[in-house]
This record gives sequence, structure tokens and C-alpha cells, in this order.
Amino acid sequence: MAEIRIEELHKAFGDFTAVKRSNLTVGNGEFFAMLGPSGCGKTTTLRMIAGLELPTSGRILLDGEDVTFRRARERDIAFVFQLFALYPHMTVRQNIAFPLKCQGMAAAEQRRRAADTARLLQIDHLLDQSVSRLSGGDRQRVALGRAIVREPKAFLMDEPLGALDAEFRHLMCQELRALHDRVGATTVYVTHDQLEAMAMADKIAVMNQGLVEQYGTPQDIYDRPASMFVADFIGSPPMNFLRFNGAVAPGATSVRLNGCALAVPVLDEARAESELALGVRPEHIEFSDAAALRGRVFGSEYLGTTQIVTVETNHGRVKARVPSDLAVRTGETVGLSFRTPRLSLFDAASGRALRMRAAAGAFNG
Amino acid sequence: MAEIRAHGVSKSFGPIAALQDLDLTVEDGSFVVLLGPTGAGKTTTLRLIAGLEQPDRGTVSIGGQDATALPPAARDVAFVFQQYSLYPHWTVFDNLAFPLRSPARRVPEDAIRRRVQEVAELLHIAPKLQNKATRLSGGEMQRVAIGRALVRQPSAYLMDEPLSSLDAKLRAELRLELKRIQQDLGATMLYVTHDQIEAMTMATHIGVLKEGRLVQFGTPRQIYENPVDSYVATRLGTPRINLLPVDAVHVRAPSGTAMVGARTEHIKLIERPVNGTTVGLVQRLEHLGDQSHLHMQVADNKIVILVDGHSPLKQGDPLGIELVQPLFFDADGRRVKGG
Repeated sequence: MAEIRIEELHKAFGDFTAVKRSNLTVGNGEFFAMLGPSGCGKTTTLRMIAGLELPTSGRILLDGEDVTFRRARERDIAFVFQLFALYPHMTVRQNIAFPLKCQGMAAAEQRRRAADTARLLQIDHLLDQSVSRLSGGDRQRVALGRAIVREPKAFLMDEPLGALDAEFRHLMCQELRALHDRVGATTVYVTHDQLEAMAMADKIAVMNQGLVEQYGTPQDIYDRPASMFVADFIGSPPMNFLRFNGAVAPGATSVRLNGCALAVPVLDEARAESELALGVRPEHIEFSDAAALRGRVFGSEYLGTTQIVTVETNHGRVKARVPSDLAVRTGETVGLSFRTPRLSLFDAASGRALRMRAAAGAFNG
Repeated sequence: MAEIRAHGVSKSFGPIAALQDLDLTVEDGSFVVLLGPTGAGKTTTLRLIAGLEQPDRGTVSIGGQDATALPPAARDVAFVFQQYSLYPHWTVFDNLAFPLRSPARRVPEDAIRRRVQEVAELLHIAPKLQNKATRLSGGEMQRVAIGRALVRQPSAYLMDEPLSSLDAKLRAELRLELKRIQQDLGATMLYVTHDQIEAMTMATHIGVLKEGRLVQFGTPRQIYENPVDSYVATRLGTPRINLLPVDAVHVRAPSGTAMVGARTEHIKLIERPVNGTTVGLVQRLEHLGDQSHLHMQVADNKIVILVDGHSPLKQGDPLGIELVQPLFFDADGRRVKGG
């Protein structure tokens, strides 16, 4: 298995820059997700790692070895695409063993490896069936099997679950992660679906317009978004931003919105009077009559366990996730209280988060 | 707008019974969502109401008129498909105006202009009216497709997974917009999806289909809180309801109970379990951003509960599980009440 490193990787198509001087390291055995909206450069980065696209500048290292200009088939990497193309006239066994056959491996060894792979994917009972009769999920498993059977140094996956419906996607996420835990292969996974990235990855890089906006563990990215873009991209509904004008200094523990003081984690950065945005996630808001910040209930969406209540405040609409047994009437006035340690503060002009002193480890649930 | 009613409708395709004896009423001005997995009969229902299929038995009425034998064009319903099919070489304006320019309608050009402008504003695409359809993002194209249904002011709208080809962010946005538009227009809407969030957030009523039969019809809250069987119970709720054999847990269950259904809000975790409590072992904590799922092993069963993402639980930790007003099901999955 392998470590993948990209250094100052840059890719331009004519005057459009797809990837801007990116640096990333994917540790040996790590499940790494590249997350972002369409056009952010994630697929281009993946294709450069695979060797399907050559960078304009920069280097790609596989296990310390420079492979930047190696051909795709000399890289010992398996690529799993969004639309799994299987050979419809072949059995599951023939499909899985196909890459080995191409390598000229002995038939007995092919059989053994195909059977091992099928067992790993829990499709060994289907080995002699034709793939055209399989369900969508089993086809996906066969496609994965074809990638795994070669025992490559790394797997690259480009939205492999994109075509599946929501419920089945979550199931496949769990399966893919469990498979990763068994095989332990370095995996780079591209998706625009934050849930997939959150559910499976050890590390996530959130990309936007060719740049890596943030790189970290799923929990880090969720708890401490580095920018308003990341904060807005992760979470459903996304983080609320309450915009206000103010100045802050290191050591400050509160900000003033429209005259009401709101506690924030201890700041470690200064800003002169400018537009700031207080970031609060819907699940970190409670209704409290004692709270200084007030608003009018605009509407609510029932979700079973919880409901999303939209409240109009002087700083814009705020969505709160509260238990669904809480009675909320449209039009009534409510006080909003925030869980201080979970708040973020952003410079509204640049979108960057202001540093805070509270270390992630200081939280307690 | 008008009421839609299907009465005793059955439809088979060869040996496959796609719909069996369906009775469904979509009241005037209501937003009904049909929910179910692939093959449950959702799309067939929609197509029968649109007139794209003929029922083997039963009747379809629209606005109190028997429409069973009417061709699709005479039914005055608008259909929005999953895949938006716009005329790529036309502008947004011409795409939206198309249904009004049909020779069967003969709407004067200034009335068309007025109506298209209104609908474009409703959908927030007015600034794009002169753009070519191909120069739009996916979300904008789907809005134009929906707009094409709205310009006609039909008796009812039929929509077949109109949001499923969009990415998550856009889907959330259009979900709210569609609901707002439906309320503003007082439109009758029959909407098909397999996405439970769409069903819960938009519907006034949900119809749950299983293998061609309507198993329950009610408000989202009724379906979620008071399901008739374990199948319906598993349709709504994230994480999915935990179904446990009754002898795996300590709970006072009414007689006839075979399975206990415990949603995350029915489960209270106890840090130091005492004798007589059900005990489960922590397997892993799955972080999903806004939610964290705690996976636990209870005897031979797995359960999933919503917890705080920062909880310090470790694999193998024992936790007590107390069930608070869970749901009970018999051996056939039917709901058992009382107790």
C-alpha cells in the first residue's frame, strides 16, 4: 500500500485554471475524501493522480517515487468510476477476474483471487451468475471487486455512489468503509455529497474553485470551518451567518449584535471595525425566553425526531434544529440561545474564520 | 384547482401487478406525496392519473368528472418528469411560453408575456428569460421545467421525482421553493419520491405504497408517529427505526408483540446500568456532520441512535438502554397497541 503526495500541483485548461498549486498528503492506508461542488477541481486532481491527465506544473509522488509523467497503467492504481461498466455477457467471476486475465495470470490463480475478492465483498454466492441479472447494489460490488482483485497500491474513486438513491447510498457508504477497514488500502474518494465524505473519510479536503479551502478530519471541518464556504457546504441545513459590524481584539469573549452581547469562544485575533459574521449551526441553537437575541418564527419543517424552525431576526433568517415535540407557532416571538463553544466568527469580506483559543479537545459533549 | 380521486384502480403489466385496488383522494389544494421504494407503484399511479396508462379496473376522476377514458391532453393536468427536457436552442422565455402557444389554446401574445413573466418571478429566473436553455445551471433548468408546468394553470400538478437529479444543496433550496409556490397558488399537487425528507417537509399528506398497495395515508406526523406496520415505520426517520425481537429487551409489551420498534427518541441511554436494564455494547460512532450515529450491539441485534458528536464513548463500553413509549409490532409486522 502507499502514500500519495501532491506538491504544488497546478492544472490549466486554456485560460481556465482547474487546480491551483495544491499540496496534499494522503497517508498510507488512509481513506481520503475530496469534497466540493461541481467545477471545484476535485475530479481533475483525481485524474492527475491516476495519470489520466497531465499537470501543467507540480509533482505527484506515489510512495516517495515521482510518478508525475508515468502512464496510467504504470502507476499500480485502480480507478472506480461513477458509472460502473461491466461486461454484460460475462459472469460475476469472469468480470472480477478480467483484469488478472489481461495481466496473463495463470487460470487457477485467477480463480482463487476472484473467489477471495467475492468473499470479501460478500457476493461469493453470485460468482457464476450473469451480471445482467444482478441488482444495482450487487453490480456496484462487482465493479468494486474488479478494482480490488488487482491488489493495487491505491484506489481512486470518482463519485462511485452518485447514481444510487439516498437510502441505498448510506448503506453502501457503510459497506465501503467496512471494506476499507478490511483491505486497508489507501483510498482517494471524490464526492460532492458531504454525508458520504463525513460517513467514510479519515481526512477530508474541501475544495472550491481549484483551491483546497480546508484539510482535516471530518469532525474538525464540521466544528471549526476555516471559511464561510466550508461552513456553508457542510451540514444540512448549513451554518447560519448573523452579519454585524464590530471590532474584536485577542482575548475577547463576546461580540455585540445590535446592542445585545453574545458570548463567543476566546478570540485569538484582532479585527478593526468591519463586517463580521457570527456562525452558528442549526443544531446548536435552543429557544430560551431569557435570551437577548429575539426573532419571529417564520415557519417550521417537520423531520420526525427533529424539526427545522426558521426564525426572522434583525440579522437575517436563522434556522434552528429543535426537538419535534416542542410546540412552535408561526408568528410567535422566540429568544435564541447559542452553545457558545460551538460558535464560529468570520471576517465577512474575506470569508476567513477568525482564530479562537479554545482547542478542539477542550470541548465536552 | 381540483380534487383528484382514484377509486378501486388496478393495473398489471403482464404477470406483474403494479397497482392493486388503489383508493386515493388528493383534496383540492393539498400536497400529497407518494412514498415508496422502486417498484412500489408510485410512478404507475401518477401515469394512470395523467392518462399515460389505462387502468385494468377502477376509475380516475379529476375535479369531480370521470376522467378514466379521457386522453392525457383532455385531462388538464401538468406533468413534471425527473429528467427535464427543454428545447436547448430556445430561450428560457420561449421554453416557458411553449405550452401556451399550443394551437389548441390560442392565448394572445401579450397574455403569454404577462404569464411567463409572473411564473419566472415566482421561480426566481426572471433575469434569465433571454438566456438560451443550455446556458443555465442544472437547478435553473429544472426550475424552467417546473415553470413550464406552472404557466398553464391546470387543475393539478403531477411531479415524478423532479428534484432527484439535482445535488443536495439545490435540492434543499428547491424543496422550500416548491412548497412555497404550491401554497401561494393553492395548487393541488401529487408528487412522487423515494426521498423521505422531501416527503416530510413538503407534504400535507403522505401515501405510503408497498408492492402496489397503499398501506397508509396520513399527515407526515401521523405516518411518523403512528405507523400501521413495521414497513411504514421504516420508511420515515433517520436513523431508521430500530426493530428488536421483544425478548431481547426489558420492556412491558402488550400481548401478541413480536418486535419492538424503537426510534432514537424512544431510547434513553443510561451510563451506569443496574440489574434489569437492557445492556448494549458500543460498536462505533459514525460522524455525519450535523448528526452522529452511535452503533450498538444489543444481544444479537444492532441498533443505531442519534448522539452528540463529541460524546466520549469508546468501542466496547456498556450502556443501559431504557425504552420510552416505543412501538410494538406482531409477528406479521402489524402494529400492536395498548399495554
